[in-house]
Amino acid sequence: MSDLVDVQINGEWHQFPKGTRMIEACREVGAEVPNYCYHPKLTSPGNCRMCLVQMGMPPRPAPGAEPAQPDEDGHVPISWMPRPVIACANTVAPNMGIRTQGELTEKVREGVMELMLANHPLDCPICDQAGECHLQEYSVEHGKGEGRFREQKVKKPKNVDVGPRIRLDDERCIMCSRCIRFMDEVADDPVLGFTDRGSHTTLAVYPGRELDSNYSLNTADLCPVGALTSNDFRFQMRVWFMKETNTIDTNCGTGANITVYARQGEIFRIKPRQNNAVNSDWMPDSHRLSFHWINDEETRLTSALAKDENGNHQVVSNENAYAIAASKLSKFKGHEIAIIASARMTNEELFMVKRLAKHLKAKIVETVPRTGEADGYLISEDRNPNTLGVKTVLGLDEPGSQLESIKDDIKQGQIHALIALQEDLITDAGFTDDDLAGLDVLISSYPSANPTAERSDVVLPGGCWAEKSGTMLNIQGRLQRLNKVMDGPGTTEEPWEVVRNLQQALGGGNGIHSHMEIFKQLAEKVPAFSGVKFQDIGDLGIPLIETGETLPLLEREKERVAQGLIVG
Amino acid sequence: MSLEVPADLEKEIDERITHYPVSKRSAVLPVLHLLQHHFRYVNEEVIEWAAAKLELEPIKVLEVVSFYPGFRQEAPGKYHIRVCRTLSCAMAGSYELMESLCEKAGIDRSGVDHHNPIAVSADGTYSIEFAECLASCGTGPVCMVEDDFYESVDDVDALLAKYA
Repeated sequence: MSDLVDVQINGEWHQFPKGTRMIEACREVGAEVPNYCYHPKLTSPGNCRMCLVQMGMPPRPAPGAEPAQPDEDGHVPISWMPRPVIACANTVAPNMGIRTQGELTEKVREGVMELMLANHPLDCPICDQAGECHLQEYSVEHGKGEGRFREQKVKKPKNVDVGPRIRLDDERCIMCSRCIRFMDEVADDPVLGFTDRGSHTTLAVYPGRELDSNYSLNTADLCPVGALTSNDFRFQMRVWFMKETNTIDTNCGTGANITVYARQGEIFRIKPRQNNAVNSDWMPDSHRLSFHWINDEETRLTSALAKDENGNHQVVSNENAYAIAASKLSKFKGHEIAIIASARMTNEELFMVKRLAKHLKAKIVETVPRTGEADGYLISEDRNPNTLGVKTVLGLDEPGSQLESIKDDIKQGQIHALIALQEDLITDAGFTDDDLAGLDVLISSYPSANPTAERSDVVLPGGCWAEKSGTMLNIQGRLQRLNKVMDGPGTTEEPWEVVRNLQQALGGGNGIHSHMEIFKQLAEKVPAFSGVKFQDIGDLGIPLIETGETLPLLEREKERVAQGLIVG
Repeated sequence: MSLEVPADLEKEIDERITHYPVSKRSAVLPVLHLLQHHFRYVNEEVIEWAAAKLELEPIKVLEVVSFYPGFRQEAPGKYHIRVCRTLSCAMAGSYELMESLCEKAGIDRSGVDHHNPIAVSADGTYSIEFAECLASCGTGPVCMVEDDFYESVDDVDALLAKYA
């Protein structure tokens, strides 16, 4: 294969496609190359020098001399260069040799680290990045252990308000320029730059401008040190105390892959998780910061509620709540009952809803559509995370189209009982007090206090997206896993449990004990899922349905890969 | 934007940009030189005008302006003096030259630092700053007043008298 070239890395021969960056080749075979400025999704200016490695090529014969003879494997002895080269911006070549270990690389890494630390404030004890800082990690692994710099450190701006969500400490900055390149190349809002280049090089926004893009927090993720930090997360929690859970964002149909950082039932931050088929390495700030309500003990529903004879809500046990709900529902015939579920529910939950509807012979099952403007990057027009799941599992062609007829049916006394699952009908579905007044029974389940719950006869506590597991289908038709970050507060149950328990109280249904069991049934009964095993979905999801939908940011990234600008 | 760029200057700038057909960004240095020559210094208004002209974000122009000491971000006096302080001139007495120039011209350099290199006399006639090598190392100390070059400067009074 002429597209592959033979490269020797630390003494072993490997094959790589032509054009592979040296750093990627090394990574592929497990030879670590420390780096700061290199990022596969951004162009490589090669300015941090941390990825210096020793390189060798076949020797060039002197004029008239015989060229070196290849050995039995076809490899020519490598002539090593006395000076190191950067691995991030150079590509592999036939018969190239790379050494990521040895005296030369050790010496240059020590040198680069010493220079980077010369002006670094070494304020790790008060720095948010401590624990996930490349400067810390590399100085342990590749540093000298002590500095020889005795002079005055350069003073630079500190605690700079560069934007509404980002704070900058210029003394910590190692001038890798990842943030500048991200804003130039990905976010298309090139407000960052280096001023006073030289010994005073300063990362800055233009006076009067702000780093206020809805993707600005990605620069804090990209920052290998503690120069750019998130105002929201700053000083909140040491990174090593938090538990990381891989799950997906539920703010829109994109379903960006995320990692949630939580400790003791509290979420502290959310970061995008790399998935090159969905969100690349990025996510919008608006989605990232929309978790605070989950931690709000004041507004969360933490127990089941039922109205007493005076119409006041009283706390009841979950068991009683299901029993009360069931006895109220059992007074009505199926055609007098409607269910409004949510496109924020997982496929498993929707499957349970379908099962409940079948048991009740409910007249209508509907969900609430939620739309907004697509931003041309990662935010999709569909602000529900699982509309495709609704279409596929519940079989609704046009989710939301029956909401008006539910209202009419209530008014005309045809529907007497309504079950609202994971939706606040008044705030999100355009229901009014008048619309709900005609009901005899309203049962609702929602993570936090809301006007629909206030009017409900029985309120069942259902966990939010961070408190449940399951699967969702994003707009591209990709099946992705939602993983439980933590238990819900109080007696909150996962929404699929709420539906199961309600159905059990109604005398139907039997032991389903996990969301994985539901998925198994889903795979048996819903054709689109047939043959899929839960454990096959993995952390990155699998394409399930062909929708033809694309994500603009991803398409542009693919273009840059094709142009050879980035590795991808 | 309130900056008024004369039509003939703008015409010259437009012409200069055509020398860089691949990327307008490459014209940033010559454009800034022309603007500084006319306005005496490159302030925010000038930076923003140049950025708009070259279809760049202002920060990308500020990066260039703040890198080159040759671009002044603060207003100079009527006559701007640059005294070389690189090795040969320093040894030949450029610091002494700076001191006596300041004394005679009535300039207080106590507010000068890395970010504010220029000091202006109280009456606004003279301004002064240190410059790096002015390329006449055998005849130090050397200085420039506006675009005029002076070697082996010893008579400060006579020098200043030419610019009064």
